[in-house]
Amino acid sequence: MTAAPTAYDKAATDATRGVAVELTGLHRSYGPVQALDDLNLRLAPGELVALLGPSGCGKTTALRCLAGLEDPDSGRIEVGGLDLTRVPTNKRDLGMVFQAYSLFPHMTARQNVEFGLQLRRQSSQQRRARAAEMLDLVGLSTQADRFAHQMSGGQQQRVALARALAIEPQVLLLDEPLSALDAKVRVQLRDEIRRIQLEVGTTTLFVTHDQEEALAVADRVGVMRSGRLEQIAAPEELYSRPVNDFVADFVGVTNRLPGDADAKSATVLGGSVPLLVGSATSGPVTVLVRPEHLVVHADPNGPDAVTSVSFLGAHGRVIVGLAAGGQAIVQVPSSAVSNYPPGTRVTVRPTGEAALAVSART
Amino acid sequence: MRRRQDLFRWVVVTLTLVFFGLPLFSMLEFTTRDSAGHRTAATWSALADFGVISTRYPDLRAGFLASVGLAVLTVVVMLVLLVPTMTWVRLRLPGLGRTVEFICLLPLTVPAIVLVVGLTPVYAWVTYFLGGNAIWLSFAYVVLVLPYAYRSLDAGLRAIDVRTLSEAARSLGASWTTVMLKVILPNLRTAVLSASFLAVALTLGEFTIASLFSRTNLQVAMYLIGKSDAQISIAVGLASLVFAFVILFAMSFVGGARSATSPLARLRRNRKELT
Repeated sequence: MTAAPTAYDKAATDATRGVAVELTGLHRSYGPVQALDDLNLRLAPGELVALLGPSGCGKTTALRCLAGLEDPDSGRIEVGGLDLTRVPTNKRDLGMVFQAYSLFPHMTARQNVEFGLQLRRQSSQQRRARAAEMLDLVGLSTQADRFAHQMSGGQQQRVALARALAIEPQVLLLDEPLSALDAKVRVQLRDEIRRIQLEVGTTTLFVTHDQEEALAVADRVGVMRSGRLEQIAAPEELYSRPVNDFVADFVGVTNRLPGDADAKSATVLGGSVPLLVGSATSGPVTVLVRPEHLVVHADPNGPDAVTSVSFLGAHGRVIVGLAAGGQAIVQVPSSAVSNYPPGTRVTVRPTGEAALAVSART
Repeated sequence: MRRRQDLFRWVVVTLTLVFFGLPLFSMLEFTTRDSAGHRTAATWSALADFGVISTRYPDLRAGFLASVGLAVLTVVVMLVLLVPTMTWVRLRLPGLGRTVEFICLLPLTVPAIVLVVGLTPVYAWVTYFLGGNAIWLSFAYVVLVLPYAYRSLDAGLRAIDVRTLSEAARSLGASWTTVMLKVILPNLRTAVLSASFLAVALTLGEFTIASLFSRTNLQVAMYLIGKSDAQISIAVGLASLVFAFVILFAMSFVGGARSATSPLARLRRNRKELT
């Protein structure tokens, strides 16, 4: 019997260019702080993996170790089958885009893109052609002669991306490249990064603390905590089948509702919810239910009451005070938000989607 | 109210000009009169003729050449010592930043005469190994200019994100030498020029250490000539001030000309756009 193909296998099969990356048993500590604790991570050729986690979880350290900007205390870094653990940064053939604006201020956009090519001793004609191609790829061919201070933050990060890709790196490393940008530009550039990555097929590691960003662009998302990978999976799987309450809590919004587990299901808010693999299976449990997996009905005799509502554009959220204690966040269509003014008596029920249950003590 | 402010400004500007201008004017006046009080350009034409200076005032020639050599060597040694050190400390050893700052600022608190006492045994060895040429005073001068150069370079390094720029360059394949020469230094141009100017100004004006070590630089030569020919000594003093001003002007012009935001660069860009 063969195992079902994972997202990693799928990416490996789809890859047209790019190389495999493997981090094995990486450890890195700063004094008493363990930034990486036995980190194991594989990237298939051409795959885009996002590392997600709270501040200090070690995601940037992992990326910097791969870039050679930090030395791991122990462990092994392989790119394209070659051991790069002790190879200096400038010999690793990696492209990197930083969180801070990193264009060389004394150079124009074109000169910035040509910098890496110049170091590779390409002729000025080749450099110019490649720089023009890359600036065109990021939609900035008209800004080639501008200096960094003459460009917006989004444009600067685009040029930085063009500069990193111009050298045709084996691996592209993105260290929170969008975090300094405003919301609208962030979404545009995020989609552009994905488009370009798919176009050039470079294996990419993307570090971010923004879950929406990670879920939107990555083939797989790894959630990190205290220097370890808690779960790495395709975005849909990570969202719908988190392996523990940390991942469930960190990715998306989660209701922690009291329930009673009985083997493969649990009773929550008077309804039955199938339990995901890894759930606690007996006794009182806390069931982690997504807002869209709950329904709310106006019911004059209902046990619960709406405490507040919020309109979020495409949908709305109704926050309900539960008679059993605590509260539940329920997602409703935006057109229904006005049906639930605060104080409305309601009943809340699960839709029956599978959820993770953890022991009631945690 | 506004009129009173304008008046106050003019008074301040006038007083400042008089304060700085009057001694300079007096120097010029003194060097353009002969012993009978008639106007003459003899002193300045003698000064303009390097051949005459060399024959009549060999000390002045030697002092001038020594001071120019000292200025160049001091600037080079200071930059080679400070720029990589300060960049490296900022990148890799930020904990040492305070210590380096303390060491660099220390000469500010040590009077030149005390410095000479401390340096005497060192220079005994310098003379033993390298000879008694005045050029070797540059080692002492590097120590003297450290506080000023440190401040200028520190301001320049603070103005750029050294870590990100160097990491970006490294990730693109640059060696540390390339990072320094092609990324850090071009962005420190103004700071380097300002540190260099301070070093040049301090070196050209230094008297105490050279005199106490019995070496002849420009200031010592001027002092020696002043004993026998006050006019040429004062003329040299005035000329060296003008020389320092020209260097300052040239340095700021050269520094600004290559900057993207300088008025000259803007002018060039505008012209280019118009054509």
